[in-house]
Amino acid sequence: MRVQLLYPEGAPVTPSMLVPFPETLGADLDLETLLGVMARDDAAIHDVASETLRRGCTDPDIILYRQRVLRDALANGTAIRELYSLASAAIRAEHREWVPLSRSPQLSVSRSIRVLDGFLGTLGTLRSLAERYASEFRSEGFQHLFAMTRDQLEEPYLQRLRGLLAQLRFPRGVWMSASLGPGLRGSGHSLREPPLPRKGWTSRLLGRRRSPDTIVVAERDESGHRFLSELIDRGIDPVAQVLAQSVDHVSDFLTSLQRELGFLLGAIHLSEELARRRAPTCFPVPGPLGPLHRSIRGLYDPSLALQLERPAVPNSLEASESRLFLITGANQGGKTTFLRSVGLAQLLMQAGLFVPAERFAANLVPSLFSHFPRAEDPSLRRGKLEEELLRLGAIARALRPGSLVLLNESLASTNEREGSEIARQITRAWLEVGAEVFFVTFLYDFAEGVAREGRADARFLRAERLPNGARTFRVVEGRPLSTAFGDDVYREVFEVKAPVHLHPCSGRDSEGAEDRSGTDSRGTSPD
Amino acid sequence: MSATPGGSVRSVGRGGSPLGGAVGFTGVLDETEATPDVAAPAAATECFRDLGLEPVVQRLTVGREEYDLLPLFARIPPCASAVAYRQEICRDLERVEVRRAVDAFAQGMRAVREQLLRSQKLRNLRQAASWHLEAAGAYAATVTALAADLERADPRSRGLRALVDYLRNHLAGTGFREFARETSSLRHDLNEVTYSLFVRGSRITVAPFRRATEVRTYAAQLFDRFRSGDVTDPPVHYRERDPEMNHIEAQILEIVVRFQPELFARLSRYPHERPEFRDPVLVRFDREVEFYLAYLDLLVSLRAAGLEFCYPEVQDSPPEIYAEHTFDVALADRQVRERGTVVVNDFRLTGPERLFVVTGPNRGGKTTFARAFGQVHALGRLGLPVPGARTQIPWCDAIYTHFGREEHPEDLRGRLHDELDRFHEILARATERSLLVVNEGFASTTVSDGLLLGRRILDRALAKGTRGVYVTFLDELSTIGPSVVSMVATVSPADPTVRTYRVVRQPAEGRAYAVALAEKYGISYERLRPSRSG
Repeated sequence: MRVQLLYPEGAPVTPSMLVPFPETLGADLDLETLLGVMARDDAAIHDVASETLRRGCTDPDIILYRQRVLRDALANGTAIRELYSLASAAIRAEHREWVPLSRSPQLSVSRSIRVLDGFLGTLGTLRSLAERYASEFRSEGFQHLFAMTRDQLEEPYLQRLRGLLAQLRFPRGVWMSASLGPGLRGSGHSLREPPLPRKGWTSRLLGRRRSPDTIVVAERDESGHRFLSELIDRGIDPVAQVLAQSVDHVSDFLTSLQRELGFLLGAIHLSEELARRRAPTCFPVPGPLGPLHRSIRGLYDPSLALQLERPAVPNSLEASESRLFLITGANQGGKTTFLRSVGLAQLLMQAGLFVPAERFAANLVPSLFSHFPRAEDPSLRRGKLEEELLRLGAIARALRPGSLVLLNESLASTNEREGSEIARQITRAWLEVGAEVFFVTFLYDFAEGVAREGRADARFLRAERLPNGARTFRVVEGRPLSTAFGDDVYREVFEVKAPVHLHPCSGRDSEGAEDRSGTDSRGTSPD
Repeated sequence: MSATPGGSVRSVGRGGSPLGGAVGFTGVLDETEATPDVAAPAAATECFRDLGLEPVVQRLTVGREEYDLLPLFARIPPCASAVAYRQEICRDLERVEVRRAVDAFAQGMRAVREQLLRSQKLRNLRQAASWHLEAAGAYAATVTALAADLERADPRSRGLRALVDYLRNHLAGTGFREFARETSSLRHDLNEVTYSLFVRGSRITVAPFRRATEVRTYAAQLFDRFRSGDVTDPPVHYRERDPEMNHIEAQILEIVVRFQPELFARLSRYPHERPEFRDPVLVRFDREVEFYLAYLDLLVSLRAAGLEFCYPEVQDSPPEIYAEHTFDVALADRQVRERGTVVVNDFRLTGPERLFVVTGPNRGGKTTFARAFGQVHALGRLGLPVPGARTQIPWCDAIYTHFGREEHPEDLRGRLHDELDRFHEILARATERSLLVVNEGFASTTVSDGLLLGRRILDRALAKGTRGVYVTFLDELSTIGPSVVSMVATVSPADPTVRTYRVVRQPAEGRAYAVALAEKYGISYERLRPSRSG
């Protein structure tokens, strides 16, 4: 019996790791905000959501399969909650049962019986819930689950399981077979079905009468009694192992039921929270690995939206066969937010979830990397540049063709000329490997160099700045500029009282003109 | 002084050929006739100690104590042909298929010994008989496997081919066949014994086997639908128990015995009918072959470190002797374990040349060279691979070592007397087939006396035609005639205070090294001479 809400029958159970450095990516994309909303303080949901996002699919068919399951779940929130709490309660009850520390078959059997007793109740309830809700669900995943529950957990079967558990309490003594092992010692002890109680041979064996074939262990014979207990242990040991494995197997089934339902419940939570903020979502169209294609409208950073309690600024992007996205432009202009939204949407799509956009179609990627600025190593064991290079090296080693790399202000820890040189070399190499690179950078020398190269697979985006210095937090097409308009920020901080406006004679006038021409994507390069 | 073997046996035929149709397997150490262990004479032990081989032998016998290998190092083949006989076997044992066959045999024989030992210790006679039977079963299987494996491995050596023939005849003989058949039938019948046990409260009832479903099978079937396809259950492990039965088990056994009295009567008779079932020739082989295996195992790590070993060409009177890339195996073993480096050296004596006189700086590798020289001969004459790439050595009737022990500052006159006594004894017994390894002769006398005495000793050795190596401080001894070859422990040309541990054939260098060392410490003419102004 296998729960198949996340993977269709026959799909590989252990897909490739989408996120080789989950902690880094999680921190860079602020994944925790998202996970927190999904989990609503349920650690199990947090766990499965985090795991599933990290191990996204690279097969569009599996993603579409999950999307159908998720549509069912979003339409049947009550049923999902009920099924989820049934499975969770069973797993919690199992964890409460104390596991014997010593490997004693007798203790192990009695624990297994207690746990299985509980599981039998859960399985019975699961069957009746399945019967109640089956007609409401359409997806293959849920239909498989309900059909399996109906066919495999039928009452006569559950009855036989109860019978076995009753027998293993040994109401009429322990029957076993044995043979002679090395040194004529009993070996291969194995519990056998007891004979049916009847007159004659059996009752004689049951020891009502003295028999020459019966040994009575004397009351004070301590070692004799120890052996007696060991004998029973040996007899029931094979059964104890089978039973313990069975506990594990049923527990595995209920655990995967809990996990997969937990993931769906998390998605329901996320959907509810975004809807409350009137932030739109859609089911993405996954394109296969390989051909690069992004067609995106109204993409926003869901973590930001969840924190702001209102919709975040949306961005759009149309790109085909573009491999390098160089994002430059104003400080505090929404570049990082854009980078995050690209990464999060990719993760959500590959996990089979909806994405924070009005429309979203994109190629799948085999792995996803991020490189965001990091606080200085507090132990001061390494310099900042050294620490950056260390992380870039780790990415380089794990990089594969098609990998998506999100670089945010990388190599800013050295001077522009050297930083640009390293950036140029890294970028060229990674593009040749076949990676897809989003690079937010202030390294003008580098960005302008790429622009001058005229690569067909490069796109230039810029954080929008209106001529009056105001930021729209949108990212639009535009060639790199030699300024990041840090002065605006400076003025905002130091000259709050003086509103920013253009002066015909000031140097910023020409910059403003540049900015406008950039917004028009005409791409004149500044001096 | 060395072990001079009894040596009356002359090699008759090359193949250790069969006498009167009997298969002529004389063992893996002896070409013509199985010889008993000899008590290792003190001199042989001293030779091994002086050559630094004692720790090596000690190390390779660790874990093999039961074979008592030490006396085997004192069993010296009586001629070059007997050495070749061993070399062939050792080469065979370096082949994986042969080695695997022999290892399996050794392991099987060890198990047999353990089971017999257990049988002797048990108080319950039925149990004792059962372990005796187990041992016999293991023995039959082990010998049968050796015969098949070894035949398949197709050994090239005369010794192992003779063993293959011996095994074939042995297994085909009625004695072994009868033994194997009887043993296996009894074991089989005992394995078939099955019975039922019913435990309730403090009563155990024993009954003949009664067929009924195993609960384990039923339970596994019942829960099968919860297994995911790719899960494999871990195997069942039982605890190892004290081999001795307790009183309840013994009572259970006695009831089981009543179910099949005839079978257990056969078991009780078995140890009396077959008290010793092992063939003495194979028992001997089991021990003697470990001599090679132990040594070959030691070579594994040294070879992995890039050091070479080879089978020397051993001749009764070779025109020249040489070794390339040779080294001190004891030092190398230590260096490899401590991840140090090993320096290799060459030597060659041709035509009239008989003796190496080795000079050079203190701790520059002179003694190591002398040891390596001695080891090549000591190990080579045992039929073992020696350190080095290409080697030719004479068969030696004895290896005489004399390593001066300066660390005991006794009465100088007494020590000198002792040394000369020792030399007298050696030179009285040495022949042209003997080998001399001398280190630091006459360190306890004056330079001029040492020169005089050393000269006389060398002259006497040369008169006998004895080959060898003589380590000394005295450069003059390296030029006394065409039979003497000067070898020098060298220093780095760039920094004369750095030893290379290379010992090369060249004239003794006088004081170059000392001058360099002095220079380093600021002791030179230039540095010490008075300033012009002074």
